[in-house]
Amino acid sequence: MKKLVVVGNGMAGIACVEEILKYEPRFDVTIFGDETHVNYNRIMLSSVLAGERGADDIVLNSLEWYQKHGIILRLGVRVVDVDAAARTVTGDDGSITPYDTLLIATGSSAFIPSIEGVTKDGVFAFRTLDDTRALLGRSGPSTKATVIGGGLLGLEAARGLQVQGCEVTVVHLADTLMERQLDQTGGVYLKNKIEALGVTVLLGRSTKAILGNGHVTGVAFADGTSHDADLVVVAAGIKPNVELGRKAGLTVNRGIVVNDHMETSDPSIYAVGECVEHNGVCYGLVAPLFEQGKVLAATITGNKGPAYTGTVLGTKLKIMGVDVFSAGECRDGEGTEPVRYEDPGLGVYKKVLVRDGRLAGVVLVGDTADSHRYMDWLRENTELNGQRKHLLFPPPSEDAGHDVAGMSDSTVICGCVGVTKGTIIAAIHERGVNTLSQLKECTRASTGCGSCTGLCQGLLKAVAPEFEEETKLVVCGCLPYSQDQLREMLHGQRLKSVQEVLDIYGNGIGCEVCKPALSYMLDMIWCGDHDEDRSARFINDRVHANIQKDGTFSVVPRMRGGVTTPDELRRIADVADKYQVRMVKVTGSQRIDLLGISKEDLPNVWADLGMASGQAYTKGVRMVKTCVGTEFCRFGTQDSTRLGIELERRLENLFTPHKVKLAAVGCPRNCAEATVKDIGLIGIEGGWQVVVGGAAGKSVRKADLLVTVETDEEALQAAGLFFQYYREHGNYLERSYDFVERIGIERVRKDTVYATEPVRHGLLDRLQKSKKLSKDAWLEGEDPVNATQFIPIQAIEGLGVRA
Amino acid sequence: MTERIWVRVTACENIPIREGRPALVGDREIAIFNTGDGRYLATANHCPHLGGPLCDGIVTGSAVVCPLHAWRVNLEDGSVQRPQSDRCIETFPTRVEDNIIVVGLPATRHEEHAA
Repeated sequence: MKKLVVVGNGMAGIACVEEILKYEPRFDVTIFGDETHVNYNRIMLSSVLAGERGADDIVLNSLEWYQKHGIILRLGVRVVDVDAAARTVTGDDGSITPYDTLLIATGSSAFIPSIEGVTKDGVFAFRTLDDTRALLGRSGPSTKATVIGGGLLGLEAARGLQVQGCEVTVVHLADTLMERQLDQTGGVYLKNKIEALGVTVLLGRSTKAILGNGHVTGVAFADGTSHDADLVVVAAGIKPNVELGRKAGLTVNRGIVVNDHMETSDPSIYAVGECVEHNGVCYGLVAPLFEQGKVLAATITGNKGPAYTGTVLGTKLKIMGVDVFSAGECRDGEGTEPVRYEDPGLGVYKKVLVRDGRLAGVVLVGDTADSHRYMDWLRENTELNGQRKHLLFPPPSEDAGHDVAGMSDSTVICGCVGVTKGTIIAAIHERGVNTLSQLKECTRASTGCGSCTGLCQGLLKAVAPEFEEETKLVVCGCLPYSQDQLREMLHGQRLKSVQEVLDIYGNGIGCEVCKPALSYMLDMIWCGDHDEDRSARFINDRVHANIQKDGTFSVVPRMRGGVTTPDELRRIADVADKYQVRMVKVTGSQRIDLLGISKEDLPNVWADLGMASGQAYTKGVRMVKTCVGTEFCRFGTQDSTRLGIELERRLENLFTPHKVKLAAVGCPRNCAEATVKDIGLIGIEGGWQVVVGGAAGKSVRKADLLVTVETDEEALQAAGLFFQYYREHGNYLERSYDFVERIGIERVRKDTVYATEPVRHGLLDRLQKSKKLSKDAWLEGEDPVNATQFIPIQAIEGLGVRA
Repeated sequence: MTERIWVRVTACENIPIREGRPALVGDREIAIFNTGDGRYLATANHCPHLGGPLCDGIVTGSAVVCPLHAWRVNLEDGSVQRPQSDRCIETFPTRVEDNIIVVGLPATRHEEHAA
């Protein structure tokens, strides 16, 4: 077999190898990668920096994949020389490897401008997984981070750093952010949005020097001003890695020059991706490399025919909910007619440039829903005269699948993984795909940033014969509505009791599924000011204890933060003796469980305990597990015990869609397992990380980082914002980890910690209102809802009396 | 025809609307339900599945859902509506006299299994 050597283990090289493997004949493939990682999704690095994904989550090809295809993988080896005459490559480990065919996919590296002091400690690039890890190691609350470069990469870095709690400043040479993609007005809209999120933007600044003695302390600008910084990220652009092309004697301009068949000037050498130049253009985005890889694979395997004719570039970007899209030309010019729409209130700006009746370019800020339509127009060079009235807003669609139906098969639906509409349709028809998760499994579409989920769903709806909506639409047979609709209806119609809802919208009867769900919704919507109907509650919520298999109950008193006192322990012991409690057990949530108590004893047990309900029986706040933190632990960096107790105090006695377990830990050693809780507070040097959506039960899921903050109060507030958001938008019986996955952490952030002031205020306000009306359920022991709530009925007569 | 002893058990207001309550009649534990449509239905208090306390279940129309494993039992005839099962529990006729629920219990205990 012929030997194919691939230099470069990145997205372009591996995507191309994947295409090559589809053809015969086979090659003996050796791949060199100078990074020590298997192929990962470089686009997702910002999401690793933002703590949304771990390094493992962005792996595109596992080691097994390389093994399965018999590929020899040489990780951590940089190829430093090519001998085109002898057909060998030389690694920096001294190895010499012969090839019959060489594929150069060396990509590009960060362009580091010649700024004085740029080699100081604390200056980072943002290009690789190692860069990202290094940045993560240095960023934290109150770290002053300066990003040099207000382009795509710089803004993504800024977003990640901000989530890590840094005070972020973006310094940009030009007077418009992303000036290669945006016109001046679009740039202003983007700047306003980013500034509203708390990022400082400095435009028109040329960085002259990095200040500091050995370690960064700031940056100095050409205009004489300077700015403090603890770390600096240089994201000033990229430059193609063409060194090997030069050494092999290939024609090289800015990139290694290739023709329409992806051939270089040497018939044994091919090149693909960001290191190449085609028709005078070097690309820096992911879409072209997939297209190039397909063409190259055909050529290299002797199936020469398909030609690469260049890629129409579209850039889609999302920073903390700010959507930006740009394609084609972005600045007004001779011969183009600009068509504009802007709404400063909504922060939406749209501009379309038309030349000779066809689309020349488009800029969208704040609303990018139509981006696929514009990409199609550009790619197909569509004649637009018939659509002049609908340039900025599409005509109302005739059915749900209309928008996707109008796209061509070659339209890329998932930009992260490079999946076209045609591929998705083929998967639906040929592989029986009916659900979104099957589609993800089969094509990987929608597994990246997730922004194409709606389109994928639209396609499934339109094409799949047995499309199944995965979200549980209807609560049960009694009420033909989704929980979303119900919440709206209950609120809009001002309904306050379960029976009322069932009478008006349901079958008038209800069941064990919808009644507790409606009870929860009414309590949440009216902040506790509803007509409570105990018959609609599960027995646990009628007697405030957890029913056991023999009909007895378990009693777990509240023990905030897992901290108790000798007095409490004595009373617990006395109760255990007095009521002959069958088992006294320490639970997994740092509390004590008294098991085997009869219903009629409950009020007396509660009175004797003199403690509040621990809500261990209901869908509510269970506990805040804590470690001893700075109070005793020699490693503690925060007083986790005190904050945990305070958090429990603020949220206890409230109901939630499903149980909520929380934890507060004093340092990243995480002794109280905050990363697998619904809400966790993780103490770090100088602040707290607030994480949400973790689980260690039926599912195991590492919590997502919501935000990093400096003070205790900010941490409590962030936890409260998420808590109330989950209460209001979670479906009944949906755990927070399913909720966060369904909504997406990015949107959760946007709707909570990064929401506008009135929105945040509203969430906290409703939480407060609910809290005010909530009370310790065990008080009902002294003041029962009715005479027989706990006491069994004794017949007035005995059996001996005949009527 | 089963011979019955009619026993005055408790005042109507002791069984809240759409709830059940356990009642001890002699040494026998029964469950009495208020179905919300003016009827009071009485059954044995043990779920035919694993003996769970039916009185603690959620009432749905004229059936109750056992709190332990959600078996649904018809309160009118004691049959199991869900899951598929031939098991059955005893039911007892009731009437209301002077706001007191009166339950008709079999005169002899062995007839319990006759149903």
